[in-house]
Amino acid sequence: MSKVLVIADHDGKRLGAGAARCITAAGKLGAAEIHIAVLASPAAAIAAEAAALAGVGKVLVVERAENAHPLAAVLAPQVVKLAAAYDYVIGPSNTFGKDLLPRVAALLGVGQVSDLMSVEGPHTFKRPIYAGNAIITVESPAGAKLVATIRTASFAAAGSGAPAPIEAASTDAVLPTHTRFVSLNAVTNDRPDLQSAARVVSGGRALGSADNFKIIYALADRMGAAVGASRAAVDAGYVPSDMQVGQTGKIIAPALYMAIGISGAIQHLTGIKDARTIVAINKDPEAPIFEVADVGLVADLFKVVPELTAALS
Amino acid sequence: MKILVGVKRVVDYNVRVRVKPDGSGVALDGVKMSINPFDEIALEEALRIRERGQATEVIAVAIGPDDVQTQLRSALAMGADRAILVKCDAEVEPRDVARTLLAVIRQEGIGLAFLGKQAIDDDAGQTGQMLAALWDRPQVSFASKVEINGAVARVTREVDSGLETLEVDLPAVITSDLRLNEPRYIKLPDIMKAKKKPLAVTDLAALGVNHAPQFKVLKTESPPQRTRGIIVKDVPELVAELKKRGVLS
Ligand SMILES: Cc1cc2nc3c(=O)[nH]c(=O)nc-3n(C[C@H](O)[C@H](O)[C@H](O)COP(=O)(O)OP(=O)(O)OC[C@H]3O[C@@H](n4cnc5c(N)ncnc54)[C@H](O)[C@@H]3O)c2cc1C
Ligand SMILES: Nc1ncnc2c1ncn2[C@@H]1O[C@H](COP(=O)(O)O)[C@@H](O)[C@H]1O
Repeated sequence: MSKVLVIADHDGKRLGAGAARCITAAGKLGAAEIHIAVLASPAAAIAAEAAALAGVGKVLVVERAENAHPLAAVLAPQVVKLAAAYDYVIGPSNTFGKDLLPRVAALLGVGQVSDLMSVEGPHTFKRPIYAGNAIITVESPAGAKLVATIRTASFAAAGSGAPAPIEAASTDAVLPTHTRFVSLNAVTNDRPDLQSAARVVSGGRALGSADNFKIIYALADRMGAAVGASRAAVDAGYVPSDMQVGQTGKIIAPALYMAIGISGAIQHLTGIKDARTIVAINKDPEAPIFEVADVGLVADLFKVVPELTAALS
Repeated sequence: MKILVGVKRVVDYNVRVRVKPDGSGVALDGVKMSINPFDEIALEEALRIRERGQATEVIAVAIGPDDVQTQLRSALAMGADRAILVKCDAEVEPRDVARTLLAVIRQEGIGLAFLGKQAIDDDAGQTGQMLAALWDRPQVSFASKVEINGAVARVTREVDSGLETLEVDLPAVITSDLRLNEPRYIKLPDIMKAKKKPLAVTDLAALGVNHAPQFKVLKTESPPQRTRGIIVKDVPELVAELKKRGVLS
């Protein structure tokens, strides 16, 4: 029977939202064992969170000072050592996994399946191409290790279960010093995380300024929602880059997505295809966003967004 | 220092791609092709580094069929000094692209390889990281700011939690994100000048690379379509509809 190794995403303190979804994906591979690797420093708190995910058989912890920040060039040789005992090495398709896993695959001498969205068989998978305009079924070679990033929006998060054993793993990997962490300018706020929130309110170019974007935050806060944005809003500097939703930003699957002053370009829609309910507010009745919206309101956002916020109190 | 820029020819981002009815792939006949947008950004950044006097030469490299010469000419018109086409008519997987670019890097003595963070056709996002691994050099993916200080690059990258800054020793691989810069427009005289710039054509065998695809595409299908829903007339109707659907809490 085959074995799966999930590489845990984390921010140095807490387990990331991708890991629980990777465990669910791993379950679909029909493997006998699912283990999760935590490469961090300090690692104990993250490992404990990983151990509590239902379906995890064992947590492998590699705690070295060099793992304080997730540098792909530093983590990859360690993952390669751990990978020796596994048939599948997977991680989330977020910036952590997208950076790390191709490096791991190349060192293992294999290719990678990016954004794996469904498991059709032990070696057949579906994944999106062309901004999700086409879905391909790919077959990987039967004898080789499979490295994949998991499209997290396609898999539910694993729940919690009885704690799995935590094992310290050491690797004799030689780590490079050519890559050094300088700083992380993290945007911290009390809002829910965009990638795992049940409700997301996004604003587009129509907002016109960072100051005007406040009406989006106010509505989101009233709804307990995370805040997202189109590329145009990010490029214009209204909001930071980590809020971009779409083909080249974050792919999300909330229960409710509200697109406000967003036209609905294909690159944006790729990011929200799996939302359960899409609501669009746009003053142009011809905007493409209405072709995919479950509920549309044709109106000037500067009038109706404050009205909506007030109505929800 | 010489800079290599990976240039992939892809279906233009404005084209709405359609799956062929028989599921054998996407319809590409007569479709507008362009340089992958992220590669234009990578090229722009390489040109700026050269214009600041921190690089001597910018080389655009593409792996693909003969028609890719059109995109390489555009890269030359934008300002690349010369171009190399590595001919291959078959589909090339990211790992093979990385192996090929590495062969060029070794041949040319490259100090910095600039790629896009992802090609908007396969959406793989793998090549830069694989190249860095095979080259055993640093990688900085999703770059939004690049500073070259002698033998070190200080690069800011867009990560899910914000902006991360790394310092790497050169040679290194950097992949571009959207906010790195805004690529310049090509002017007519540049197109004329580009016609005279060198464009070398080689192939995988000449570089000692075997074409070794690992994945087989069994089927291509259209994604499930979302359908147009209802239009409400005002905010009270919207609130009522959201409550009815139970999505407010
Ligand atoms: C390589 C590449 C990658 C890309 N990746 C992404 C991505 O990941 N995510 C992404 O979002 N985009 C992406 N894009 C950009 C995408 O093509 C669009 O340009 C972008 O999504 C447009 O943003 P927008 O809808 O906010 O702006 P616009 O298209 O300008 O739309 C603004 C909308 O607001 C409406 N409006 C204006 N005023 C009001 C008002 N007062 N009240 C109500 N409505 C109003 C208008 O009718 C219009 O529909 C990418 C593009 C490229 C080339
Ligand atoms: N056939 C190719 N020729 C040249 N560069 C390529 C090719 N394929 C990919 N690349 C480079 O690798 C980047 C990432 O591609 P991908 O890994 O396919 O998403 C692209 O933006 C290009 O810079």
